[in-house]
Amino acid sequence: MSQLLPVVVLAIFVATFGLLLMFLASLFGAKGKKSATKLSSYECGVEVAASPTTKIPIKFYLTAILFILFDIEIIFMYPWALAYGDFIEAGLGIYISGAMAVFLAIFIFGLFWEIKSRALEWE
Amino acid sequence: MGSDIFEVSVNFLKMIVIFLMMVQLVPLLVWVERRGSAFIQNRLGPNRVGPLGLMQLLADAVKFLTKEEFVPAKGYRFLFYTAPVIALIPAALAFGAIPLSAPIRVEAFEWLGRNWGPYTFAFQSYEIGIGIVFVLGASSLAAYALLLAGYGSNNKYSLFGALRASAQTISYELALGLSLVGVLLLFNSFQFSEIVAQQAGPMSFQFLGKQVTVPFLPNWGFFYQPLGAVLLFTAFFAESNRLPFDLPEAEGELVAGYHTEYGGFKMNMFYIGEYGHMMVASALMTTFYFGGYTIYPWLTQESVSSWFSQFTPTQASLLTALVLHLVFMAKVLLFLWIFVWVRWTLPRFRYDQLMDLGWKTMLPWALGNTIVTAIVILIMRTNWSGQ
Repeated sequence: MSQLLPVVVLAIFVATFGLLLMFLASLFGAKGKKSATKLSSYECGVEVAASPTTKIPIKFYLTAILFILFDIEIIFMYPWALAYGDFIEAGLGIYISGAMAVFLAIFIFGLFWEIKSRALEWE
Repeated sequence: MGSDIFEVSVNFLKMIVIFLMMVQLVPLLVWVERRGSAFIQNRLGPNRVGPLGLMQLLADAVKFLTKEEFVPAKGYRFLFYTAPVIALIPAALAFGAIPLSAPIRVEAFEWLGRNWGPYTFAFQSYEIGIGIVFVLGASSLAAYALLLAGYGSNNKYSLFGALRASAQTISYELALGLSLVGVLLLFNSFQFSEIVAQQAGPMSFQFLGKQVTVPFLPNWGFFYQPLGAVLLFTAFFAESNRLPFDLPEAEGELVAGYHTEYGGFKMNMFYIGEYGHMMVASALMTTFYFGGYTIYPWLTQESVSSWFSQFTPTQASLLTALVLHLVFMAKVLLFLWIFVWVRWTLPRFRYDQLMDLGWKTMLPWALGNTIVTAIVILIMRTNWSGQ
C-alpha cells in the first residue's frame, strides 16, 4: 500500500493540473456567440449526414476478444521468465523449459488456428 | 513516501518536478518536430518568433489559452471534458516509475537543531517492485482516453478514430508484451534499477557454463536482444499512434480522428499525452537495451563520481546523479529524434496492412525471439560439466 501511495498522489496532481489548464482556458478564452451551426458536429463543413451510432464492423469486437486471450497467455510468461535464471542455476533448466514448451505449443497452435480460420482478415 | 517531513517533502517535490519536466519537454519536441520536418522537406519551418523560432512555443501556448471553449451540441459534456484529463495521466504515471539517473545518497546532517538521518532518494517519482508490469499497465490505460474522446464527441469521425486507435493499441500490445519476455529472460528482474545495474559493466556472459568477458563492449541488452529491440520500438510507434501507424487520425479519411471536435488546451492535452508516450517509450528503450544512464567505458557511476572526489559525499552524489541524468536524457532525445525522423520519412499504412503486421508478422517474430532466447540461455547458462 505504501508503495502505491505516491502513484495515487501523482495521479491526483496530474488530474488537478489538467483541470486547472481547462479552467484557465475557459477563463481567458474568447466568448463568442454560440449558434446552431457552430455547435453541430464537424464534418468538413457539409450538413451532418448519418448518426455516429450506426453499424460498426464486428471485426473490432473480435480483435478485442482475441487480444484478451493472447494477452493473458503472454502475461503468464512473465513469472516464468522471471524465475528462469534461478531454475537454471539450480540445475532444473530442462524441467522449466519443458513445462513452457507445452504451454507455447498450445499458444502457437492457437495463433496458427486463428490465422487459418481467417479471424484476422480485414477487407 | 518517507519516514519524516524532510523525506516526504523531497519525494513530493521530486514527483512534481519530474512531471513538469515531462510537460515542458512537449513544446520543445513540437518545435523539434516542426523544424525537423522542415529540414527533411527542404523548407525553413517556424523561424520568425524569437531566436530559431523558439518563442513560437510561447506564442502557441497563449493562442491555446485564448481559444473559445465549447462542447458540440450532440456531445456528452462529462465524457467530453474528462477525456483530455485522462489522456494526461497514463504517460505521467508510467514516466514516474522509470529511473532517470543514479540514486542520490544524502549523508546524515544537522539542521534546525535536529539530526536528519541518512537518506537515499531514487531519481524517479516512485520505486515500484514490479516496475515493468506497472509501466505496461499504466501506459495501456491510454486507450481509455481515446475511447472516451471518441464516444464523448458523438461524431462519427471521432468514433471511428477511437475504434481504430483502441483496436490498434491492443493488437500491438501483444507484440510489445511478448518482446519484453526476452528482456526478462535475460535480466530475470522486474526492477528497472536492477536491469540498469546489470548493464553497467563490460560485456560479460556465460558460454556453456563458463564466464566470458569482452572488455571493449558495454553489457547492453541490445547486443543480446537486437530483434526484441526492433520489435519493441516498432510496437511503441503503434502504441503512441505515430506515423507510419497514425491511422486513428488519418486526416485523409477521418478529418483528425478522435480529437476532431477538440480545440485549444483540450487538444493540447492529447498532444501532451502522445508526446509523453513517446518519452516513456524512449526511456524504456534506453533502460532495457542501451544501458540506462551509463555508457560503459567512459561514463559509469564509478568513473563519474571519481570526478567529484574533492566534494563532500552528499554533493558528489548529487553531481554524479545530475551528470548521469544528462547521459540518460541524451539517449532519450536520440530516440525521440528517431520518432520524428520516421514520421516524416515513411508513408502511412492501410488499416488491413497495419493489423496484418501486428498479428501475423510481429507476434510470430516476437514468439520466435522468446523461444530462441530461452533455448540459448538454457544452453549457455547450464553447467554442463556437472558440479
